[in-house]
Amino acid sequence: MSKIISIAKLRKQQLLDQLFQKITWFFTVLVLVLLITLIGSLVVGGMPTIKAFGFGFLISSEWNPVTEKFGALVPIVGTLVTAIIALSIGIPVSFGIALFLTELSPLWLRRPFGTAIELLAGIPSIIYGMWGLFVFAPFFASTVQPWLWDTFGELSGIGFLFEGAFMGIGVLTAGIILAIMVIPFIAAVMRDVFEIVPSMLKESAYAFGATTWEVIWNVVLPYAKTGVIGGIMLGLGRALGETMAVTFVIGNAHQLHASLFMPGNSIASALANEFAEADGELYTSALIELGLILFFITFVVLACSKILLLQLKKREGATT
Amino acid sequence: MKLHFSRALVVTAALLWTASIATAANITGAGATFPYPVYAKWADMYNKETGIRLNYQSIGSGGGIKQIKAGTVDFGASDKPLTVEELEKDGLTQFPTVLGGVVPITNLEGIEAGQIKLTGKILADIFLGKIRRWNDSSIVALNEGIILPTSNIAIVHRADGSGTTFLFTDYLSKVSPEWKAKVGAATSVAWPMGTGGKGNEGVANFVKQIKNSIGYVEAAYVKQNKLNFVQLQNLAGNYVLPTEESFRASAVNAEWDEASGFYEILTNKPGPDSWPITGATFVLMHKSQDKPVHAMHVLKFFEWVYAHGNHAALELDYIPLPGNLVALIKASWEANIKGKDGRAIYTANE
Repeated sequence: MSKIISIAKLRKQQLLDQLFQKITWFFTVLVLVLLITLIGSLVVGGMPTIKAFGFGFLISSEWNPVTEKFGALVPIVGTLVTAIIALSIGIPVSFGIALFLTELSPLWLRRPFGTAIELLAGIPSIIYGMWGLFVFAPFFASTVQPWLWDTFGELSGIGFLFEGAFMGIGVLTAGIILAIMVIPFIAAVMRDVFEIVPSMLKESAYAFGATTWEVIWNVVLPYAKTGVIGGIMLGLGRALGETMAVTFVIGNAHQLHASLFMPGNSIASALANEFAEADGELYTSALIELGLILFFITFVVLACSKILLLQLKKREGATT
Repeated sequence: MKLHFSRALVVTAALLWTASIATAANITGAGATFPYPVYAKWADMYNKETGIRLNYQSIGSGGGIKQIKAGTVDFGASDKPLTVEELEKDGLTQFPTVLGGVVPITNLEGIEAGQIKLTGKILADIFLGKIRRWNDSSIVALNEGIILPTSNIAIVHRADGSGTTFLFTDYLSKVSPEWKAKVGAATSVAWPMGTGGKGNEGVANFVKQIKNSIGYVEAAYVKQNKLNFVQLQNLAGNYVLPTEESFRASAVNAEWDEASGFYEILTNKPGPDSWPITGATFVLMHKSQDKPVHAMHVLKFFEWVYAHGNHAALELDYIPLPGNLVALIKASWEANIKGKDGRAIYTANE
């Protein structure tokens, strides 16, 4: 008897369902509205510099608060170069970590190592910044930089990258600190996606006589590629927007140098440094426009990763 | 039930009542980071004595000026004084509260603190990148008997906008026409070269870590970090060390003028003992006060500071204002800061 649901109750539940749907819809729209208003306020705030310098803002390397001439080239280059350094170190290392943890490591080691990596991901960025400045930079200046100069300095083509005094701080240091920061993110995601590769697939490959490397390269990686790219994008996102750690070690100089040993600047660290004392409409506006540019770069990166994924999906099955 | 409700009402009312008392006795200020340690110390002492709380947010001088213009705080604080025109435009008045010095620091092996002598011109040329080596003939000529390294000079400056940078670049502009033309004076400038550290701590650390470097920090950081400072030649031609006395000397030798809103940058001041890069930090208030009670509390606080805060300031390596200046400031309060009814909020004899 009690199992029969009365019509009134049913109606009530229907109402609740609808209400629930409306609420979740509202939450989702809220995010969109926030995003749009955020972009809107960045555009409005950046208007004075957009009007004053136009497209030239993007390609001028001058940054002079006294004469109110601003250009974003130095921070844009700094942001991109540090992110590229971070990823070119971070991706192979993370890939190795994830592979070891899922395929090669003895079982009893997986948990402690995995936890350690997750812990690394949870350390606040200012700690990395302080560690970078107080511990890593002196070591880098006394050991790594002389070695890099001795090894690569004389080579034509790349020697110019390692010129300048061994100060321990600069674009390269910032890139390496960023790499250390993104590795736990990328590695944790890669490990998770490698783990969900069905063991039947791997075992079948082994049964055909494939080596470990062949299994990893031809079975695990293709199966997990979406997740792998997602993890890399997560790391890239962190590298592009990282503020405190970079500010500590990048050297914060609005100068363009070819050498990675020289100080530079990134968008996020320029904002963090200069916003509080920015007086004058144009100065504040230039900083806000920098924020808009960072937004745009992040958007482009995200869009590229989506396109890449779509391309990969299209080619699926064609190569095998 | 009803009883509960009315009791709750009474409690809420009581809470609201105490809250409103608390806000009445709270004064708010925002701005310069340079005086923050001493403002915080004073606020704490003052709170213990009177129960009045000062909430000071060190958001930077630029922020302080914005906030006081917007009227969101009772007073703003800036390391860079506003000119009379700027003050007039927004109906503001300003007065100095405490002094500090900016000191060039170096990291040179085998050279003691205060051993190296520099002139303002040489300092400007170093930061312009014209003098690139420590054993440049102009530096060697000033420092006979000291063996200077042959290496390049590594320059460290502030990355964030700062009153310290303003004082330093203002001094360089006064002693070097070339600096004035090429770089100028402001809270942040386009440095011709060098590495930027965040805050005084950042600059101090970079100088400590980078060999053969030179930077500049507030005097307090020199002592705390045991940094190597230099002797500077002042306007009178004497080489002076950065000490309490030499900072104070430049304040004594300044011509403080109430009519100009105490607009006075204490760089390159006359006097045989004056340290050439000294500066005062300023407080900004509206001339016409909507909230006279708040304004009165602010002025009472600074009156107390001038009378009882000197010891605390010295402990934190700030230099208190000379006595004659304090009298001038109090007179300016009486003349300038008024309620909506036009009556002075503060009277010196109270």
